[in-house]
Amino acid sequence: MKRTLTVAALMVPALFAGAAQAQNLRIGLSSEPTSMDPHFHNVGPNNFMRRHIFQGLLTTDETQKIVGELAEAVAPVNETTWEFKLRKGVKFSDGSDFTATDVVYSLCRVPKVEGSPSSFTVFTRGIEKIETPDPHTIRFVTASPNPLLPNNMTTIGILSSKKFGGQNVKYNPAGCENLGDLPKSTDFNDPTKAIGTGPYVLTEYTRGSQIVLTRNPNYQGQKAPWERVTWRPITSAGPRVAALLAGDVDLIENPQIEDLPRIKQAGFKTAQQLSNRIIYVHLDTHAAADWKTPGIKGTDKNPLLDKRVREALSKAINRQAIAERIMGGVAQPAGDLLPWPLFGTSKDTKPTAFDPDGAKKLLTEAGYPNGFEITLGTPNDRYINDGKISEAIAQMWTRIGVKTNVDAMTASTFFTRRNKFEFSAYLAGWGADSGELGNSLNALVATPDAKTGAGHTNRGRYTNKDVDAALIEALRTIDDKKREGLLQKASKTAMDDVALIPLHFEITTWAFKKDLDYKARVDQYTIATDITPAK
Amino acid sequence: MLVYLIRRIAQAMLVIAVMATLVFFAVYAIGNPIDVLASPQADQIELAAISQRLGLDRPLWEQFGIFVGNALRGDLGTSFVYAEPAAKLILQRLPATFELAFTALAIAVFLGIPLGVYAGLNPDSLGGRAVMGGSILGFSLPNFWQGLMLILVFAVILGWLPAGGRGQTATFLGIESALFTLDGLKHLILPALNLALFKMALVIRLARAGTREVALQDYVRFARAKGLSRSRIVGVHILKNILIPVVTILGLELGSMIAFAVVTETVFSYPGMGKLLIDSIGRLDRPIVVAYLMLTVVIFVVINLVVDIIYAAIDPRVRLSEVKG
Repeated sequence: MKRTLTVAALMVPALFAGAAQAQNLRIGLSSEPTSMDPHFHNVGPNNFMRRHIFQGLLTTDETQKIVGELAEAVAPVNETTWEFKLRKGVKFSDGSDFTATDVVYSLCRVPKVEGSPSSFTVFTRGIEKIETPDPHTIRFVTASPNPLLPNNMTTIGILSSKKFGGQNVKYNPAGCENLGDLPKSTDFNDPTKAIGTGPYVLTEYTRGSQIVLTRNPNYQGQKAPWERVTWRPITSAGPRVAALLAGDVDLIENPQIEDLPRIKQAGFKTAQQLSNRIIYVHLDTHAAADWKTPGIKGTDKNPLLDKRVREALSKAINRQAIAERIMGGVAQPAGDLLPWPLFGTSKDTKPTAFDPDGAKKLLTEAGYPNGFEITLGTPNDRYINDGKISEAIAQMWTRIGVKTNVDAMTASTFFTRRNKFEFSAYLAGWGADSGELGNSLNALVATPDAKTGAGHTNRGRYTNKDVDAALIEALRTIDDKKREGLLQKASKTAMDDVALIPLHFEITTWAFKKDLDYKARVDQYTIATDITPAK
Repeated sequence: MLVYLIRRIAQAMLVIAVMATLVFFAVYAIGNPIDVLASPQADQIELAAISQRLGLDRPLWEQFGIFVGNALRGDLGTSFVYAEPAAKLILQRLPATFELAFTALAIAVFLGIPLGVYAGLNPDSLGGRAVMGGSILGFSLPNFWQGLMLILVFAVILGWLPAGGRGQTATFLGIESALFTLDGLKHLILPALNLALFKMALVIRLARAGTREVALQDYVRFARAKGLSRSRIVGVHILKNILIPVVTILGLELGSMIAFAVVTETVFSYPGMGKLLIDSIGRLDRPIVVAYLMLTVVIFVVINLVVDIIYAAIDPRVRLSEVKG
């Protein structure tokens, strides 16, 4: 059962030639980190910026496989205990040694971040006890078996306990003791306090303008390829492409699809990677007696409760056409919640085939030969071409007799209304940060339960006992093989029942100068150490 | 003058109070900040914790009461997104916006007025017509498109200037600004020009119309008959008399350049206040939006006051009526 991790995979960024000129790298960000505090805000830009300065016990490679970082080995001791062996000789950027106490301290700080708009406690919850038998061994004892503990540890950046006077910290799940002088989030915007073990140190943080990182002189691993990395937030897509073309920056995130031919024509390169983000349509299947689904006309019942109707709506969608025409090829039709070969997926899952005649037949069988009317809620500035995709789906549904209106709006309004169950059908996306299917299933199709946190983004309130049973079992199974089988089963059950309608996986694009290479990532992160001079 | 000033300030306070109330409830009506801010990974337990941390679990009236109480003590609230005081975040962005707005104002005045006067004196010449034609383009083309074209021509094709962002800053007389470094100025030219184009077109039209009217007045003819040089007639007698409408309009426009340079700041990724506002609206960061608009009211009131004082300096009649009143 021992899981040994390949530290080498992380520690060796591709060798590069011509180190002399490879000194400065400038990156155009599509959205700006909100803080340099590694525990402040659990969102993508903060998380990948964090990885440059503060390492975790573990991390993920470009395919979202877990690899060692500050820990060199991890294994379950029993059902509820995980043991991590820490690397020796690691130093923080201020020269002090890294030990197990720093890990305890960091986990203790996570729930204590003042004013955090989204904290990391979802990853540290349920740890009953932390044991540190020696400075380079740490054991986590959880209340119930938690197979995802290693995944969770990839998200927590490790701070120096000595820096903040927390070297005598004592773990307690209700609130740690001897925390010293806990840093505030804004403290980390100051380069002298942002002390981590990562390949880079913070040199300048000017909000809205630029973030400058320079090589950490005390870094023990493979030397980072760039002496100095400047990150500039350029949040509008057009100007971001212009900045690349004008030579202001060397690499940009998320260029618009329409600009790709131009970028290539001007002699720049792109890197693309299938992401862990699924775009899907969720249907309201809430069956409570006092509930009337809000967006359906032409029938008194909620037709979406009938599996045949859901299947018809899925069959009516031409995913290939959406991927090719609307998404310009930067999407792959989906039949599952994560693309193969991520953990828990099955190789043989295929997207539902486009079959309008079959869809009509199913509608007739279900008692809706003349269809009905439905409103599809959608954001229009959140996912790639989200508004246009919804328009296309509306046409496809209307063609099989389900007259569809599109209600498109800005993301902030959309998510508020969706969370109040104002849509009978809505389009949204889900990125599985953990890179395994349990995360997607638990969020999107598990029966909502406020106590356990299951089904938290299941705003169609889909419920299915068989899915729940397999999933709950999977989420407490430590054995990888068994867990994978359970997830595959849960997913197949949910997909066969059309718990939601998967559309496609987004493909993420980076564009950069032709003398660079980038290992494009599944998690949509931009990692400077993975950007290398082209060979 | 003192009574006038006090009345002005009282009015401003009222406007600020009404504005703050409206904006507070309007942002609330747009949506729930937590739905935007929280990581999608956050479950119900975590969402409840965030609500509590940000004080959003209390009833709206209570939230408003806390906001008013704090505001009276000079605390405009803490940003949901950055966990820093909203006023501080806005003031950090002030220098960037000011350098942009004043550079744009200078371009509008020092290019717009001479061109407008020229077009007014020579309405039928080719040059005069060209200026007028250009000014139509100036305010009929959308601002963001102009910005993108400037980037395309001067940054991408010619490669003379950077495509966006703020350059290096330096401190001079205690003010930190990009105006004091070459790199900073290079970064400033395109966005300032973009911001100035519309105002310049406006100034050209006002100056031209004014010049045409004033040039026919008796005192101009008299001055000419007296044998005064052309430069003195234009530079003193005409210019002074066309300035009143130009100053009025520029005063108002300066306010909007400072407060709502959103489009230019977005296109050029210039880290000014407008960019902060638009980002904050997108994230429903209510404390920043409310504080920002309150500050905007203050800026407008101050500018109007300054404009009134400049009037008095330019036009003696205004001074006379003030003394009487």
